[in-house]
Amino acid sequence: MTAADQLLFQGADWDFRTLQKICDACEQVACNELGLDVYPNQIEVITAEQMLDAYSSVGMPLFYKHWSFGKHFAFQEASYRKGLMGLAYEIVINSSPCISYLMEENTATMQTLVIAHAAFGHNHFFKNNYLFKQWTDADGILDYLEFAKRYVAHCEERHGRQAVEHTLDAAHALMSHGIDRYPGKKSLDLRAEEKRAGRRRAHEEAAFNDLWRTVPGGKVKSDAVLDVERRRQMLGLPQENLLYFLEKTAPRLRPWQRELLRIVRHIAQYFYPQSQTKVMNEGTATYVHYRIMSRLHQQGRLTDGNFLEFLQSHTNVVFQPEFDDPRYSGFNPYALGFAMMQDIERIVTDPDAEDREWFPDIAGKGDAMGVLRDIWANYRDESFISQFMSPRLMRHFRLFHLHDDPEERAGILVDAIHNERGYRRLRRELARQYDVGFIDPNIEVVDVDLAGDRRLMLRHTVVKGAQLTETDTKRVLQHLADLWSYDVSLVESDASGTVLKEYVAHPRNIAAAA
Amino acid sequence: MHIVDRRLNPGSKSLENRQRFLRRAKALVQGAVKKSSQERDIKDVLEGGEVSVPIDGMDEPRFRREGGTRDMVLPGNKKFVEGDMLPRPNQSGGKGRGAGEGDSEDTFRFVLSRDEFVDLFLDDLELPDLAKRKLAEVECEGIRRAGYSTSGSPANISVSRTVSRALARRVALRRPRPEELAALEAELEDCSEARRAELLAEIEALKAKIKRIPFIDPIDIRYRRFETVPKPVAQAVMFCLMDVSGSMTEHMKDLAKRFYMLLYVFLKRRYRHVEIVFIRHTDRAEEVDEQTFFYGPASGGTLVSSALQAMHDIVRTRFRPEDWNIYAAQASDGDNSYADGEVASRLLTDKILPVSQFFAYLEVGQENGLSYEMPNSALWTLYEGLRANGAPLSMRKVNERSEIFPVFHDLFQRRSQQERNAS
Repeated sequence: MTAADQLLFQGADWDFRTLQKICDACEQVACNELGLDVYPNQIEVITAEQMLDAYSSVGMPLFYKHWSFGKHFAFQEASYRKGLMGLAYEIVINSSPCISYLMEENTATMQTLVIAHAAFGHNHFFKNNYLFKQWTDADGILDYLEFAKRYVAHCEERHGRQAVEHTLDAAHALMSHGIDRYPGKKSLDLRAEEKRAGRRRAHEEAAFNDLWRTVPGGKVKSDAVLDVERRRQMLGLPQENLLYFLEKTAPRLRPWQRELLRIVRHIAQYFYPQSQTKVMNEGTATYVHYRIMSRLHQQGRLTDGNFLEFLQSHTNVVFQPEFDDPRYSGFNPYALGFAMMQDIERIVTDPDAEDREWFPDIAGKGDAMGVLRDIWANYRDESFISQFMSPRLMRHFRLFHLHDDPEERAGILVDAIHNERGYRRLRRELARQYDVGFIDPNIEVVDVDLAGDRRLMLRHTVVKGAQLTETDTKRVLQHLADLWSYDVSLVESDASGTVLKEYVAHPRNIAAAA
Repeated sequence: MHIVDRRLNPGSKSLENRQRFLRRAKALVQGAVKKSSQERDIKDVLEGGEVSVPIDGMDEPRFRREGGTRDMVLPGNKKFVEGDMLPRPNQSGGKGRGAGEGDSEDTFRFVLSRDEFVDLFLDDLELPDLAKRKLAEVECEGIRRAGYSTSGSPANISVSRTVSRALARRVALRRPRPEELAALEAELEDCSEARRAELLAEIEALKAKIKRIPFIDPIDIRYRRFETVPKPVAQAVMFCLMDVSGSMTEHMKDLAKRFYMLLYVFLKRRYRHVEIVFIRHTDRAEEVDEQTFFYGPASGGTLVSSALQAMHDIVRTRFRPEDWNIYAAQASDGDNSYADGEVASRLLTDKILPVSQFFAYLEVGQENGLSYEMPNSALWTLYEGLRANGAPLSMRKVNERSEIFPVFHDLFQRRSQQERNAS
């Protein structure tokens, strides 16, 4: 075989045969040499416009219709046209088969990079990470989205677009509080979920008999009988999954409205692992593409020119501006994840004394891929950083920790820097930045005044003095009250129980009339 | 590994979402469109473009936190050591929705296409008396293809259709192909004597058959057929009448120009074909081109009737009222010689108003003036008299650029017949 025969492609052009060749070559490296375990792959070639479309419906190929996606589209299109924003090279969907979208504008090198990154890096992560295993149902998601789309369209037909839109608006406002944070009875099975939704509807229709409305009911048992504890237990309080609570207990919601809340909740849940593993997910994909591309180059399947083109994109992706750089906008998950994984590879294969002291379990173990595969499977961003951020990497990034307490000091305190005294504190603080339990405000339903005016009572536990923004809170509570159909109150209190602020929202008539 | 080409799938999946967004934001967008059309030149307005919509009502609220103590880990330490105190950055330099100002007036900008823009711009306007169009009379002929026929002019022969029919006929009648003949002749070269006679007879028969069945027969020939279809006329002519006497300032002409342009855009939306006739007048009127109309230096006395007469003449010679929807907009500062009133009034009532769909009179005033303070001018009084008698006339006074669109809007709003008569 001559050198030219070994090359995957020449120049920048590609066709479908080239893509196939690239996939095969990547698969060879990924599965046989790196030992990755992936869902079957499906590669779809799309145009830039289709990429924008996919972008604005949260990256999913099919989604129900809602104005807010149109707003995002308009916004993204505008900034894309103005050149403020480049399009991502790929979108990848956590489903089985794992679907990766490739833009037709990409050069052959870029397609190779994207395939290595998405179809093998992300794919392996989706299939093996415990959070995704626990929370998402890769086999069912596409069918479920199809069902959601049909169901929403069906509701619009039957109940009017206005009513559906209003319910979805309200559900979207509560989306980040529609998540079960702790694994419950069983993992999600979206296909069964879809079938159950169908059966529920069929049952409701079959069992509905107008006569029963006219039968006089007996005296309702006095609410006072139910003591507070029992009531709270029956309602499953306190409950932090607001959407779940409403779906199950809101007194005046129609069945289809409950179903919509359920759809939004399932989708929020589906995306929940993604938000907890951004650094790891992107780090994995970047590490994998780097390994695959280097190997392909080594094998003589990529020309030096192509490899240089790859290196340039790769360097852009893993660029981390410093805090005083105008381009700085937080940590770049690609940069952080990739750097940590390379660092782990180094610790495993070539540790120094410091590494042996900090990471006795993995230092010098020799099998970098084995260690990494284990980490990819069993950690999320927070635990990953708090376990594997090494002093050397903290020095490399020259990390420092700022503590800002407006009550105490006039300025911002530099609390820790990258030195012997600071490593552990830096690592803990950085990990906290990725703790989702910490990022979202802690809001839960604490009680319902069943004896009185059926007021729904919520509590926000204030941490470190950060209270809710007033305008947004009022608007969200308004949506909440519309769904609940009675008054809703929210109390903000600190850890000691001192009430800092109280909001009350009254329902508008829209939800009840809908 | 499965590779799919999705590029041919219909794009614009977001179109529906985008339309929903526009529908939802319609009131807001419409307000923004009107505002931006006041600020911009009308030509630019028609380009569509970016509008800002107040984010209030369009945003999607979430529970969010702010304030309190904050901890952050940052990269890129160059000189800090533990215990350093940094000055707090200026609080006001936040990102708009920063520290607790609540209802900040953030705006959300996005781009409307030209059509979307003009649609919103003209949304609730309509042309008065569109019903006048008499479909029965105002039809003209159009041509469209209508299959094939057996007769026609040679220019219209459809070669492909003819040949395919010929082929079908030849196959059906079993016309021998040249190859068959050639094969027999080749066999003839070396064969036994007995076979030879047989072959000769066969060849003879084939040759005869070929002669009997021609390659193309006159019955194969097909002609492309066209038929004429009646098409409704959808055309309008717009007369721009302007007083250019010395009293008309640049500002007044500018106001008039804006009004005409709005009218033009508006008509363009409704009719496939819109003609514009510019007539300027002092004490005599002439038809001019757009450039001269707005920028040509001309001055003199004022005789409104001259313009009306000119319009009447042009209508008579070029725009039959049966075929054309006629619109006229007159802009003037209202001066007219006293003696002319009677003539103008007669021209309008007898000749012009009966054939016009709509006649708008725009009285333009000085910059910084107040429209309701303008004294009733000679023309205004004259037209008001006509309108009181039920003529389809609309009249408004305008001083400022920003008033043009509202006035235009006002004139062309959908309304009932009675209301229109009253305006």
